[in-house]
Amino acid sequence: MEEQNEKDQRPKKGFKAWLQKLFAGIPLIGWLFSVFGAVLIEYFLGDLISYYLGLPKIPVLFGFLTVLKKPLLIPGIIGYLILVYGLPILLIAKSLRKPANKLAAFLDKGPVSIGAIIHLGFFYGAMHFWTDLSDYRLLVLKLTMIAIMLTLSINVINGYMGEFSCSHPGFMALGAYGASTITLLLFANDKLFGDALLPVALGFYFFPLALIGGGLIAALGALVIAIPSFRTRGDYLAIISLAFLFIVKSLIENLEFIGGPRGMSSQPNYANLPMVFTVMVLCIWIINNFVRSTMGKALNAVRDNELAAEVMTVNTRKTKIIAFMFAAFWAGVAGGLFAHVLRYVNPGSFGIQRLAEILAMVYFGGLNSVTGSIVGAVSISILSEALRPLEIYKWIIIPLLLILVMLFRPTGLIAFTEFNPKELMKPKKKRIEEQ
Amino acid sequence: MDLFLQNIVNALQWGSFYALIALGYSMVYSILMLFNFAHGDIFMVGAYIGFGVATALLGFVAMTGIPLPGWLILILTIIITMFITSFVGIFIERVGYRPLREAPRASAAITGLMIGIILETGNLAILGARRLSFPQLIESTTYQFGGVYVTNKKILIVGVSLTLMFLLHRFIQKSKWGMAMRAMSFDFEAVPLMGISINRIAPLTFAIGSALAAAAGILYGLAYPVLDPYMGILLGWKAFVAAILGGRGSILGAALAGFMLGFIEIFAAWIFPSTLRDVIAYSIILLILTFRPHGFFGKAHSTQLRL
Repeated sequence: MEEQNEKDQRPKKGFKAWLQKLFAGIPLIGWLFSVFGAVLIEYFLGDLISYYLGLPKIPVLFGFLTVLKKPLLIPGIIGYLILVYGLPILLIAKSLRKPANKLAAFLDKGPVSIGAIIHLGFFYGAMHFWTDLSDYRLLVLKLTMIAIMLTLSINVINGYMGEFSCSHPGFMALGAYGASTITLLLFANDKLFGDALLPVALGFYFFPLALIGGGLIAALGALVIAIPSFRTRGDYLAIISLAFLFIVKSLIENLEFIGGPRGMSSQPNYANLPMVFTVMVLCIWIINNFVRSTMGKALNAVRDNELAAEVMTVNTRKTKIIAFMFAAFWAGVAGGLFAHVLRYVNPGSFGIQRLAEILAMVYFGGLNSVTGSIVGAVSISILSEALRPLEIYKWIIIPLLLILVMLFRPTGLIAFTEFNPKELMKPKKKRIEEQ
Repeated sequence: MDLFLQNIVNALQWGSFYALIALGYSMVYSILMLFNFAHGDIFMVGAYIGFGVATALLGFVAMTGIPLPGWLILILTIIITMFITSFVGIFIERVGYRPLREAPRASAAITGLMIGIILETGNLAILGARRLSFPQLIESTTYQFGGVYVTNKKILIVGVSLTLMFLLHRFIQKSKWGMAMRAMSFDFEAVPLMGISINRIAPLTFAIGSALAAAAGILYGLAYPVLDPYMGILLGWKAFVAAILGGRGSILGAALAGFMLGFIEIFAAWIFPSTLRDVIAYSIILLILTFRPHGFFGKAHSTQLRL
């Protein structure tokens, strides 16, 4: 016993300890600031650096695409990553440790919201310059953000409520078509609905309302599932929601006035990066609050033991229906954004394939966890973009990865953990002094 | 009236595909209480294996000059393919489901989905995107009864699938293994204590289900000779719905509901515009499930998701 104590007190050695020491004591805002700096370096010097390293152009997605296509460029890519991302991030973070900690301590005194907004501002700035270099990055980033929203919202059902819902692409389709119909009908001159009914210039400001409209339509659709399926438990919801998915897809294919199987196109370009980012942040914030509210606790209670929850005065049916509609609402909003990011939707993009993708994200990241959802959505979307040069082999690698995750961590990577922004934003200096 | 009868014939044909696939879903559910979401793709794999076996047999006939008749080749193909595909099922059970037996059921469902995607993509990677056409083993002849046209293939499809269902029924009701399976579906926890190993019953179930799916694949290939790697998705999910409709875990229910789904689809397409087929079929299913949540023959038990 004593020996062990002694062991603990000895200073740690080796590579791991060195790494720990290297990264210790830097608060989140320091990291964000250094990322911002690295992105600025890439923005101004990226062309120059890639020219001297013999790269044809700036590696778009951290060089994954280039490496898989032309393996000869690997040293150049690694050099680029170190020069542009690795070194600057480390150096800036290290050198600005003290002021960053001071700033974090100062923000820590004030309300959480202001701190969060400042953090998000830095984060957004970094992303803004990062995506400014290529449209492909912009698209990938927007789709990743939409994936985060979808994953979070399905986590409310599959994770927090403990049911197995298959209808998310259906809700997404409802939202996408709902929002597109509103914007195309009111604010755009297009082939499908003719001239705009309202001044086109107003469109951008009404876009959030269109998104909410799409979300509400999805929530109404959810009611169709919720009323019959929450009378019994078990896999019942899985089947009903699956049938719902097929019905929605097939119905849209048959409605000629919204384009039928050809789909809807030429949505106005409203979903720019700030818009998608704001909606995503709102979504994370609201869902995080929802699952930590009394409602969220009731939801967990229903999942763990419905009878006990009922005895403890939880109105189980109402709780389940509200949570389900809430999740569907956010899926609808995500669908509306999706339609306006791609500026084209057709019923084919809301099928079983999409369902498999969303389920992969939520089960990869982790059930019952906001952090897990974000991690799952980001990693699967970035991975599926990064592995694009492998073409179809991508769809062998990603499922294999997911099976491995399921075998070793059946509830996902980061399941059942809390997401606490306040803890994240705290200054790190104190902790070191305590040790 | 003739058209009506004609549609019945068509519905019987589609119903046999659905029923054969739905049986696999239902059997696995009755033993392990989970849905094998890779089952639709096992159907696809079965069709491809059937393609390989049939081509090999035809090549053998051409090489040796032994004049085997077409129907014999077909029967051999069905038997060999069922045998090979059952090992695919056993493999999937061993790799994907056995390690997850204690895990939440949703995880097993995800694993099944992913195995399905791997089967599709693997097939695409190995054989390429070109579509294969299934060799026509028997000459197609059309018989006319009144105004109704029936091809010998349709008779064969319905006949073979009914025979297989009958054999399955006999196996489950009369054999020792079948009794073990029934016991296992009756009580998942107690039966292993009686000396019946779940690790033998579960692979057997997967093997039988996959064999039936393979038979459905060959029959489908006979009727619609174009094979593509994604053919299992639509048929598989529809058969899954049929398995639910029949009552989870009920063999008879799955077979009946498979035929019923065929009837609903064909008649929806006949009465309404054919593009509305899916909407109407699924709406009817939704209605049935609203009033009979456990399907036709399912037991009303509340299953708690082990999460």
